[in-house]
Amino acid sequence: MSTPRARVVVDVMLKPEILDPQGKAVHGAFGRLGFDGVADVRQGKRFEITLDGEATEERVAEIRKAAETLLANPVIEDFAVHVENGSVEDGPVEDGPVESVDEEAEQVEETVR
Amino acid sequence: MKVGVVTFPGSLDDVDARRAATLAGAEAVALWHGDADLREVDAVVLPGGFSYGDYLRAGAISRFAPVMEKVIEGAREGLPVLGICNGFQVLCESHLLPGALIKNDHRKFICKDQRLRIENNGTSWTNGYDAGQEVTIVLKNQDGGFVADDETLDMLEGEGRVVARYVDGNPNGSYRDIAGITNERGNVVGLMPHPEHCVDTLTGPSTDGLTFFTSVLKATV
Repeated sequence: MSTPRARVVVDVMLKPEILDPQGKAVHGAFGRLGFDGVADVRQGKRFEITLDGEATEERVAEIRKAAETLLANPVIEDFAVHVENGSVEDGPVEDGPVESVDEEAEQVEETVR
Repeated sequence: MKVGVVTFPGSLDDVDARRAATLAGAEAVALWHGDADLREVDAVVLPGGFSYGDYLRAGAISRFAPVMEKVIEGAREGLPVLGICNGFQVLCESHLLPGALIKNDHRKFICKDQRLRIENNGTSWTNGYDAGQEVTIVLKNQDGGFVADDETLDMLEGEGRVVARYVDGNPNGSYRDIAGITNERGNVVGLMPHPEHCVDTLTGPSTDGLTFFTSVLKATV
């Protein structure tokens, strides 16, 4: 049996009131490519952090601290922390859709192999 | 009078900053990001460039370099610190200065001779200018948009902590045309344009930048 490795995900987004020039550029490209009906695009960052062992509440709290200190700049960014397939339910981001996306990704990988 | 200039991996303007300090009459001292040692300097310049490749956010990783522990400690005790461009980003990430710098609103790198108005000549780095003096200092940046919430912007303006403002047009989307700010005490200054490139008519449009480096000599005497 290998050691279980939990994954903690930190999503970082610019605060709504902060201009997002990169999101604007992507939005512009949507229009040029004919993807209509898109009102706005905001670009963020996703950090996938793999732990040695389980995502205990204590360790998730540490990651939250790291997110606040390093991964996000709270002056201009909001962040959300959640555990994927883990033992701790945490953070405002819903697990459901994220997991389903990952399952799809795994299937795609398998198909490629 | 020793002026230390920090070199991070990816710093570009450290040599120019040392040269500017020397031209101003100071002894320029090279400081290394990995050494938690300020080598007994009387002032510190955090130069422009792309420290740590601007990974994560501009200045976000440099802010945790060993030398920054000492810079932050010194700044809180009154050590004059000037952050230019990337250095300004490092100072904001370190929370020595409020606000943050984001990508230019027009999404392009900018490089131009920029008109500025010096609005606070009471800082360690601007005491040689006249209040309201207009100068030309080169600007070259990717992440030069100064942003902060309205409360912070009102506070900066109310306390006279806007050091320099862009005139003749806003080049990067900075809120309220802000090009540079200072801390409460006036010893820490962040500036997006590059005074270290404007110290010699051979290579710059003016010598208006030299006064930043001569000012700090007076500030620490």
